Amino acid sequence: MSEHAHDIALTVNGERVAARVEPRKTLVDFLREDLALTGSHVGCEHGVCGACTVRVNGAIVRGCLMLAVQCDGATVETIEGLSDSGEIADLQDAFRRRNALQCGYCTPGMILTAQDLLQHGGIPSRAAIRTHLSGNYCRCTGYHAIIDAIEAVARARAGESR
Amino acid sequence: MKIADDEPPILSALDRPNSYIGRSVPRPNITRLVQGRGQFVSDVVLPRMAHVAYVRSPHAHARILKIRTEAARRAAGVIAVVTGAELAAVMTPWVGVLTHLKGLKSAPQPPIAIDRACWQGEAVCAVVARTRAEAEDGVAQVEVDYEPLPAITDPETALDPATPVIHPSLGDNLCFERTLDVGRVDAAFAEADAVVEATFRFGRHTGVTLEPRAIVADWNEGEQKLTVYQGTQAPHMMQNLFAKHLGIAEQQVRVLTKDVGGSFGIKVHTYADEMATVALSKLLKRPVKFVADRVESFVTDIHARDHRVKARIGVKKDGTITAFEIDDLTGIGPYSVYPRTSGIEANQIVNLVGGPYACANYRARARVVFQNKNVMCQYRAVGHPIATAVTEGLVELAAARIGMDPLEIRRRNLIADDAYPAQSASGLKFEKLSHHQALAHLDAMMNYAGLRAEQKRLRERGIYRGIGFASFIEVTNPSAAFYGVGGARISSQDGATVKLDAQGNISVHTGVTEQGQGAEAVVAQVAATAFGVPIERVRVITGDTDNTPYGGGTWASRAAGIGGEAAWRAGVALRANVLAVAGAMLQARPEDLDIRSGIVVDRATGNERLSLEELARVVYFRPDTLPSGVQAELVATRHYVPRAWPFAFTNGVQASYLEVDIETGFVTLLKHWCVEDCGTVINPQLVDEQIRGGVVQGIGAALFEHCLYDERGQLLNGNMADYLVPMAAEMPDIECGHVASPTADSTLGAKGAGEAGTAGAPGAVMNAINDALRPLGAKPLTDMPFTPDKILRALGKV
Repeated sequence: MSEHAHDIALTVNGERVAARVEPRKTLVDFLREDLALTGSHVGCEHGVCGACTVRVNGAIVRGCLMLAVQCDGATVETIEGLSDSGEIADLQDAFRRRNALQCGYCTPGMILTAQDLLQHGGIPSRAAIRTHLSGNYCRCTGYHAIIDAIEAVARARAGESR
Repeated sequence: MKIADDEPPILSALDRPNSYIGRSVPRPNITRLVQGRGQFVSDVVLPRMAHVAYVRSPHAHARILKIRTEAARRAAGVIAVVTGAELAAVMTPWVGVLTHLKGLKSAPQPPIAIDRACWQGEAVCAVVARTRAEAEDGVAQVEVDYEPLPAITDPETALDPATPVIHPSLGDNLCFERTLDVGRVDAAFAEADAVVEATFRFGRHTGVTLEPRAIVADWNEGEQKLTVYQGTQAPHMMQNLFAKHLGIAEQQVRVLTKDVGGSFGIKVHTYADEMATVALSKLLKRPVKFVADRVESFVTDIHARDHRVKARIGVKKDGTITAFEIDDLTGIGPYSVYPRTSGIEANQIVNLVGGPYACANYRARARVVFQNKNVMCQYRAVGHPIATAVTEGLVELAAARIGMDPLEIRRRNLIADDAYPAQSASGLKFEKLSHHQALAHLDAMMNYAGLRAEQKRLRERGIYRGIGFASFIEVTNPSAAFYGVGGARISSQDGATVKLDAQGNISVHTGVTEQGQGAEAVVAQVAATAFGVPIERVRVITGDTDNTPYGGGTWASRAAGIGGEAAWRAGVALRANVLAVAGAMLQARPEDLDIRSGIVVDRATGNERLSLEELARVVYFRPDTLPSGVQAELVATRHYVPRAWPFAFTNGVQASYLEVDIETGFVTLLKHWCVEDCGTVINPQLVDEQIRGGVVQGIGAALFEHCLYDERGQLLNGNMADYLVPMAAEMPDIECGHVASPTADSTLGAKGAGEAGTAGAPGAVMNAINDALRPLGAKPLTDMPFTPDKILRALGKV
């Protein structure tokens, strides 16, 4: 640990965390290596692929473009926390039943991004869903099934039957 | 949206009571992944684990004069700095050749370069440290003196006498050459009313798996055992190779493969840096982890395609195709990749060109030359996208030349559906294909006539839309003819072990692996059906060489067709074993009993006789109550390998509908269709998703993906900002349809489906672009990827 390490205190998935981190450590590396929250994945490390998407103070961010030291005092939520709280249970179930994932490496980031869109309410068009996901890379599915799953959840949340 | 278990069950001929064959059952292993609870190799942490980072050559070709490691050795957290010469004491080099690819040659490749680096990105030194960050700090402290050597980077001149030879011991830069001349090619071209020629180019591209390659090697000095956690498609193959090159027994090596973040052929090869990581663990007697970062992925994950194919087709006025001829040139890396070689893609192209058509005249030459660029090898649909785009590009150019509809020329030349068994001009043997039925299905599904009318209307308004097709054939379920006969220890057979536990549930241990395709689901469906239990009572175990039968893994679309069949046979065998015991317990003839929904029943009436739980209780805990001489065997293993046919060929046809903006050169994909025939469909949803994912990978090749090298062998766009991949916003919805021609080589009749999408999409998109631009007199586009600047050039606008 470098002598320039900083002390930070933050809330991660509702738990209060105090840690000493090097300034160069990214948020996603901090979550994965220091807190063993391995559900957030590292894909490109330069903000293109979206595999490291997490929620900070209510907004989704790239865990590879934010440093851990910037999260002092922040509230961070990851796929582990959102899974346990049940907030995204319907999205997870739709992804499972529609096979909207294959290898599953993009899926935590994809689901957090989908939830970010659906939180605004309404039933977005397929084109709008595609646009919202345009920063999340999936090599396996070709996206069609992901759009199907998100669209179905939007309709269900709006009270329409599937 | 269609949700899997809302669908009514469609039961096939393989139906038994509570059959899962032909049903879209959700994958049993998927819930952990949607919760972020998967276990990828990048997640693995072991006690005393160290991290390795590699010093990589900045030159495409250079002599290594001196490596100064002192400063790095003193850096904080650094455990060891190891050069190629030091690692050579632990691990032997390898040579990527196969004896059945006659004349294919390559040079010995070490895990870390020793005297010479042969491509930009080749590892020249390893730094092992407590953390990856400290290892990278150490890398920055290593100083290497290089003497740059000429970089061989143009395949067209690689064989010129004036061009330096990369490996002088090989004599020249030719890795492999194959020629073929079948029928009366010259006469057939002479008889043609039109001969259409074109040069097709395919940009070098790569897999871009979202999880980069990752490995944790753990040599236990006390046990003399190596445990390797690896994101691989072929654990048993890797077990063999680790043992062979460390000089230990296979029994001393366990390869564990849990979740793999994408593979597509990228993770089925031997990578020097992964071999080095294993050797470092043995050297340092502790676990060592290597996870490629994205920049490393671009310069070390195998690249593929990079072919230039000069091609021509002869056609008569009535549409009859008289001959095909191709000349393929491909520039691989400085080494043929081990153990599958870098000659297979060119070989496949020679095999597959013209494959859907009843045309007996075919001449081909393919040459594979060494280059000072990253290595090339097998990536999803190996050779198929190239062979299909060349064949289908020629067919549509020929149709345009003679003024015939592109579907009509196919109807007149595709091998007739009642002509099977049949053989292609190149000698491929087809058991049963369905080109015409697939074409008719596609025609109806896409409303071809309606789209043509729409296209015509919009052209009048200056909107240029195009419709393009690609018929294709696909190699699946490979027998030993693919690799085994060439001397590679790559298993074409696969095994499954089915065990009944003490609560009457079953586990299936299979040699095939899961990288997201749904192999575990398919194996569970098959085993549940064959044995007779609800799928919830089946647990599938994959990816562990200590605990699964020997097998090849998952590649070349073999998991369902080969691994599925092994699971079927093992499930049937265990059912027979269980019924033998049940017969003894119930004083009934085993043939009068059956297992349905986990209960032993009278076969004729379905009356329940005995639960599996009760049977297992008696067998395991009160065997004393069984009649004397009855010994239950509640474990069954069966293996399977295709024998009647070297490959189970599948077929299909794709269509692309798109719009070209003639001012900007941008292509908007409107819709894509694929009808394919993979024989018996075990899980329709999984098959469709294989197709859709494959189509989008093919679209990437057609429109975006290109590893751009300069003349010095420097990769110019090795990151995800500059190398474009298909993202959600640009991709179309993809509609799938099916024809089913089961193979008689297995009970299930399933063929593979993993390559079909990628095989056909680039050709279909190319043809659609050319269809859109044809009324504008544009020169046909045949140079993938079709970027806006190439389209504007074809239109003469820039």
